[in-house]
Formats: sequence, C-alpha cells, structure tokens
Amino acid sequence: MTKVLVLAEAKNGKLRSVSFEVLTVASRLAADGEISACVFGSDAERHSKELSKYGAQTIYIAENEELDDYTPDGYKQALLEVIEEMNPDVILTGHTSIGKDILPRIAARLDKALFSDCINIETDDGIIFTRPIYSGKAYQKKKVHDDVVIATIRPNNMEAVENPVTAEIIKLPVTITDLRAIVKEVVSKSNGKVDLAEAKVVVSGGRGVKSAKGFEPLQELAGLLGGAVGASRGACDANYCDYSLQIGQTGKVVTPDLYIACGISGAVQHLAGMSSSKVIVAINKDPEANIFQVCDYGIVGDLFEVVPLLIEEFKSALEEDAVTN
Amino acid sequence: MMNIVVILKQTMDLEEQVTIEGLKIDNENVELILNPYDEYAVEEAVKLKEEHGGGVTAITFGKPEAESALRTALAMGADKAILVEQERELDESSIAKILAAAIRDNEFDIILGGNMSVDNGASQVGPRVAEELDIPHISTLTKLDIDGENVRAERDSEGDVEIVESMLPILVTAQQGLNEPRYPSLPNIMKAKKKPLEKVDIEDLGLEEVVSKVRSTVVDLYQPPKKKKGRIFAGDLRQQVQKLVRLLHEEEKVV
Repeated sequence: MTKVLVLAEAKNGKLRSVSFEVLTVASRLAADGEISACVFGSDAERHSKELSKYGAQTIYIAENEELDDYTPDGYKQALLEVIEEMNPDVILTGHTSIGKDILPRIAARLDKALFSDCINIETDDGIIFTRPIYSGKAYQKKKVHDDVVIATIRPNNMEAVENPVTAEIIKLPVTITDLRAIVKEVVSKSNGKVDLAEAKVVVSGGRGVKSAKGFEPLQELAGLLGGAVGASRGACDANYCDYSLQIGQTGKVVTPDLYIACGISGAVQHLAGMSSSKVIVAINKDPEANIFQVCDYGIVGDLFEVVPLLIEEFKSALEEDAVTN
Repeated sequence: MMNIVVILKQTMDLEEQVTIEGLKIDNENVELILNPYDEYAVEEAVKLKEEHGGGVTAITFGKPEAESALRTALAMGADKAILVEQERELDESSIAKILAAAIRDNEFDIILGGNMSVDNGASQVGPRVAEELDIPHISTLTKLDIDGENVRAERDSEGDVEIVESMLPILVTAQQGLNEPRYPSLPNIMKAKKKPLEKVDIEDLGLEEVVSKVRSTVVDLYQPPKKKKGRIFAGDLRQQVQKLVRLLHEEEKVV
C-alpha cells in the first residue's frame, strides 16, 4: 500500500493553493493507499481542516515557533521526524521557494533521486514524471527507479480537486536544535498582494513602459483582474521595477490563465518564463515585435492608450456580471 | 584570507534552437556558455577575494569541452580550476556527490554556485552539495556580506526579501541581481590560459560505484507543439479592445 506524504506550505496565515494541487497529485499516486500531509509552525493546526478537504487522511503537525520562518535546518529536522514516523513511499511538495530549497537536502540525506518542477505524472508502467527542460523548449519524461519517490510539482499547473476525508491529526514533538542559518527579517515586496507565481492573471511590462510611473496603469489593470504585475528583464535592467518581478529564463516562471504582455518585445529570455501561460495577450507598438509570434491575441498600439481602454472595458464587463448574478 | 570555491556548469546558450536527437538534446553544434547563474557566483567569489584576500577555485563536472567554462571563470579572476572529466550524463544526486568529493580535498570557507542551471533547471545541486558536506546553505542570494565568520545575506523568496544570518563555512547559490558579472579583458583571457587546471576522474575520487547506481532514466524527450498563429486585431482601437475583452471573458473564460 502506497503511503504518500505532502509537505504543505502556508503563507501569510493561509495555505498556498499549490499545496492543494500537490494533494491532488498525491491522490493519483496513492491509489488505494494513504495520503498524509505535514505542516509546520506555531499556528499549523488551523490548516488541518482545509488539508483534509483535499484528501489528507493523516496530518502531522509540528507547532514549534522555530518553524514559523522557513529555514533549511529547521524544516529538515521536522520533515525527517515525520518521515521516520510514517515511512512514506512518496514525498511531494510544490516547486516553490521552500520546496526547491528543502527537498534536495532531504533527497541527499535519504540518498534518493529528486524529480524537480514536474508538470505531469503517469502511473501505468511504474512512475513517470514529465518536466520542462531548457526553459520549456523541451519536455523530458523521467522514470523513477528508486524505492522512495521524491518530487516537486510546478505550481499553477495541475488542478486541485476537492476530496473531503476525516483526518487524524498527529502532533509531533519535534526538537529543533542548532539552526545554522536564521531569518532575521522578511521584507515583503509583494505587500500581501497576489503572489506572482500563483496568480491566475499576470500583467507584465517591458521597456515600452518607459518609467517606474509607467507601471501604474498595469498595476490598476492587475488589481482589477485580481492578478499580479510582472516585468521583463529590460524593464528591470532599466530600473523601472524590482528584479523580484522579473519573468524569464533568469527570473520567475509563470503559468497563469491569462498573461498580458505590455510593451514587451518578446526576447527568448522572456518567453522562457511565460510561454506556457494558457492565454497570451500582446500589446506592442511595433507590429514586428517577436511577442506577436507567441501570443493568442495581439493589439498593435501604444500601451498607454490600450491599457486604460482595457481597464474601462473589463470594468463594464465585470459590472455586467455583477448585475446579472 | 578566504578559501573560496565556485561550482559551475557549462550549458547551451538558450538563444540557440534546441534540437533533439533520440533521448538527448544535441549539444554538438551549438554555442556552449558558462551557466548565467554561475556567472553571478563566479563574480561574487572574485569580489570576495578582492575584499578579503585568499583564492578562488572553480570546479565543474562534465565532458572535456567543459574546460572552456572553467577558463571563463579563470579569466574573470578565479585562481585555479578542477575539471572532473566524465562523458556520461549523470543525475543530480551523483553530480552533487562528485562535486562534494572534489571540494572535500580542498580547504574551503565558502562555496558559491548558481541557484539553477538554465538547461536542466532542477535547482538541486547546490543544496545537495551542502548536505553532502554537512554545512548550512542559503539559496537565491541577492546580497552577500561577510564579516569575519559572520555571514549576512539577502535572499529572494518569491518576491519577498529574507535577511538571513549564518556562519562560515557555508554554501550559497546566486540569484539574478546579486551583482553585475564582469567581462573578462583580453589580457585576463590570455592569462587564464596559463592558470592551473587540474583534471581528475571519478575513479580518482573513489566514486565509481556510487555514481553507477541508476535512479532514473529518461524515457521520452520531445518539443512542445508549436502554437498556432495568434489573432492580431485591426481597426478602431476601442473596438479592438472590446472584441478582446469579450473573447477573454466569454470564450476563453480566463477573466
């Protein structure tokens, strides 16, 4: 019987949607087996209800204050405790800042392979993970030959499906010792706004935005659509915005439902970070811009004319909805 | 005086077209470069040496042609280089063990590397090497200050900045924004050709048995289907926008 363990992640007091996506992957791998989740930090228990809604039958909780901030040493000790307690056949988490930081250490400690940034799983003949390589220019299918399967799953890629169960909650007394690196401070640049990696809508600006102030209409549009603002390397290099917003080969990879590229030429470097978005809209003055080669819909025009119009039209479309509902 | 180690990888320049041959990407007829994230690591290593004194050793694992990536690091200011030569493609677990074994033979205070390679994109080797060597690590660094044994770093955590404190010895991985890598000058490129470059093989490291374990196999490799050409609107701008909003809202249902 397959036992699957999911490391769940909370941010700003809420479970991240990627954790539900990973639980859904877990249910495919577990078949008739068991799905367990673990979540760490002093208020971890509050998340158990939502975890059980997505199929977690056993929830391991380590309520240590030392786990309120992620550190590799703290999470490693806690996760190894859970692993020892339940002996999982499969260990999964999101390919997130935390996931890609901690699972390589766990895999090294257990002397196992790790399958990173997976976008699909097949279970017909052994376990086969699909993962993008070369910034999504190719896809690789890798078959697992280890006795313990460890993988990180790309956020916003697989649908989270509810699967409510009654969960048993197990509080693990974990002793965290010798934290060799500690987080002194977290400076939130996202300001509790929508997380770029998980956003369903991304409005992105390039050199065509021309200045930091030029990002304001993009922020308004993103706010209206409940999305996040991103940027091309050109815009970051020109100091129009922070590097934390950069989407591309060097930068973040995003796969939103809707990607609106404003004043972005569409260099290979940028496409690597957004080309798997479901619907791509391009707005650019230059009809020859490469971004028009990859977009689903394109408008040739000045973003400072087009974006305000988009805001107006989306507003009236969304208001109409509100009236009919 | 600091003993500084940089672990790096040669990759294909991703501006190039990817060609698939069987279960492999064709690396023969493309330009090979130093992985861009490793370039930040090399730059930071050289800056540390300039500030604190000491020496920089660049280490890689790969085919004989990976020497050119090491020569780039030497031209940027590294002092010596080690190439663990191997024709086989190995997984992250084996590569981390090889690098850790090569590092163990040297004294080190800090190890730097890129936070990922742009080809495989797994982000595993840095933290794995730290685990193999039983030292702490901080990943996706955007700022690094070292004062005596104390390390103070800023790391990018999905848009937020974490200020992390730790101690040497440590392994760190570089994120974009850490620094602006220098272009090696022609005299430095010439000098780099004469800097010591040691070649070792896996047998020298006593790892033949360890790395021969097959943990995964590639069973398929393919390119994503080409997207069909998008729809470019024409006519009155407001009408274009209205059409677009209607499509996104009513047909694509993404808003």
